[in-house]
Amino acid sequence: MRTTRRTRLGAGAIGLVAALALAGCGGGSGDDEATAGSGGSGGTGGSGDLTPVKLQLQWLTQAQFSGYYAALDQGYYEEAGLDVEIIPSGGDIVPQDALANGEVDYAIAWVPKVLGSIEQGAEITNVAQIFERSATLQVSFADAGIDSVADLEGKSIGSWGYGNEWELFAGLNQAGVEDFSIVQQAFDMNAFLAGDIDAAQAMTYNEYAQLLETENPETGELYQPEDFSVIDWNDEGTAMLQDAIWADAGRLADDPEYAETTVAFIKASLQGWIYARDNPQEAADIVTAAGSTLGTSHQLWMANEVNKLIWPSTSGGIGLIDTAAWDATVEMAKQTSNETGATIITADPPDTAYSNEYVQQALDELAEEGVDVEGADYAPVEVELQPGGN
Amino acid sequence: MTTGVAGEAAVAASGVMPPRTVRRRALPGPLQALRPVGLGIAAVLLLALLWEAVKALVPDDGWSIGDLRVLPRTTDLAMPHVTEMLARLGDPLTAQPGADPLWLAVLRAGGTSLRIAAVSWLIGVVVGLLLALLMTRFRIARSAVLPLVVLSQTVPLIALAPLVKGWGAKIEVLTWEPWMSVAVIASYLAFFPVAVGTLRGLTSPDALHRDLFAGYAASWSQELVHLRLPASVPHLLPALRLAATSAVLGVVVAEVSTGMPGGIGRMILEFANFASSDPAKPWAPIFGAVLLGLVASGAVALLGTGLRRYRRAEVTA
Repeated sequence: MRTTRRTRLGAGAIGLVAALALAGCGGGSGDDEATAGSGGSGGTGGSGDLTPVKLQLQWLTQAQFSGYYAALDQGYYEEAGLDVEIIPSGGDIVPQDALANGEVDYAIAWVPKVLGSIEQGAEITNVAQIFERSATLQVSFADAGIDSVADLEGKSIGSWGYGNEWELFAGLNQAGVEDFSIVQQAFDMNAFLAGDIDAAQAMTYNEYAQLLETENPETGELYQPEDFSVIDWNDEGTAMLQDAIWADAGRLADDPEYAETTVAFIKASLQGWIYARDNPQEAADIVTAAGSTLGTSHQLWMANEVNKLIWPSTSGGIGLIDTAAWDATVEMAKQTSNETGATIITADPPDTAYSNEYVQQALDELAEEGVDVEGADYAPVEVELQPGGN
Repeated sequence: MTTGVAGEAAVAASGVMPPRTVRRRALPGPLQALRPVGLGIAAVLLLALLWEAVKALVPDDGWSIGDLRVLPRTTDLAMPHVTEMLARLGDPLTAQPGADPLWLAVLRAGGTSLRIAAVSWLIGVVVGLLLALLMTRFRIARSAVLPLVVLSQTVPLIALAPLVKGWGAKIEVLTWEPWMSVAVIASYLAFFPVAVGTLRGLTSPDALHRDLFAGYAASWSQELVHLRLPASVPHLLPALRLAATSAVLGVVVAEVSTGMPGGIGRMILEFANFASSDPAKPWAPIFGAVLLGLVASGAVALLGTGLRRYRRAEVTA
């Protein structure tokens, strides 16, 4: 056996110095983040009489959830006696599963996705339908000649999958389009811009903005809305209900305190959304301060587009579940088959799948306080997107 | 990335080639210490040149055989210029007043991830060492545990992430922070090379040496301390380095998976949004992740210098 005795002091020392430097930088910011975080979660050191509540989002911190962050920042949750912790999700966290497993108290998720989970045995209830309209688009270049769902025949269609594809399939089924290829889409629009995808999935509040923040190589300017042709599922009649607040069905039935907390949580959340409606710029800034790194104009765009999904409320007040829209979503969930022939659900969901009881109480209380819960004269702001969303 | 430039130099040196050794000795001390750094910088420069060469030579639409694209697209969207990526690092994160420059934000995120990786490395090393000791001591444990250890690595992380997060939420004794889920998931990757490498090291002494200890009626613990542990060092060091890079990789993946804010993995996920509109931006956290891996394995290599007495020809893990 040979002894090598070669040290790697040089490399090691540099490694250590770099590590220390990094840890040093990190250390400073870590504290800042920690304070921001605890400030975010109510900033109540002695939260003795506040009820702790965990809310599981369905994606990263972004203005899609501005109402909840605004409610936290503006102290609505605290006024309602709640110490709310907002938990962002990542690639593999399924909010309705986290809720059904008892890890969190409430979760934000799309209705069709949860209908599938409910049929699999998740006992959860939609207690407030925050987004009344769907934000899912299918976007193509204006010169590609895809102006209607029928034009998707023979095209390569982008979709993220994981339950985000059902409106698309409902639309394709309805139009009788059968010959197409589904392309798994990434989080960016590069595959669409490069021409690998003819019609890409896009949320009005995120991916569509990404396109409008991108420089058009032909003009040297940003892409304009008229460069694209957009299929909006709200117009096609295959829109499904999206972001809703879900609660634990078992606890709602057995635990009066949880039922009470649910009303308080919904009320404060609605107040947050009303704040975001009236102060989109502030709402966007609150989300950025809560740790989102989305660009400033992108964040404001998102806050504004999300407002359009809620306001004006035609169901009788924000959060109230429109029975017709619910039934339509359930019907589509039963009938729509994807490329493998599977449907989301095979039978009607149980009666506990949604309830207007709690949101109605919250709305009544707000109406009594003279708060405008319908936003009949709501008008969106004009947002000018900057290159890269900055 | 595990062995790195320095590692390769050591492997070459362990080959004992007299002419090279002589030439190296001729270098003055400080210069010799800087040699791996110089080589490292040269490698980075070479990579940058290669990147630009591919960009210049391969057509914009990449290069395909039939429908199969074998070389990627080289547009500015798919492969931004090196200079653009570097320049972007100097620009602010967002247009928000008071926003940090991108490089600082990346370093901060890197610092967060590095600290979690250090914790998960430590957990992984402790668990790995304990398992290896157990498997060395009891033959039956070895037959029972080793297959499970190997099997454990076939569980995909994406299946693990929600599970660990769920368990954490149910723990009552301490407040379970999101970073702890990430650390546990990453240590799940990190313990494997340590367990396997240490086991191999602890069982590496010759029968001759073991017979000698048996002849002197040495206890198991004496044999462990004076024979098996020293003999395991050459196997242990590469295993520790491998564990360090596994820990970093695990942290980045687990951050993406669980959506934990603040770290480099989440930054990669978040910046992926801008791949079309700000193509140089998503590369910044990727550089950060590479730097993280280098720092982690460098720090572990430094640990090895303390054990140099026991280092014989190092075995690649």
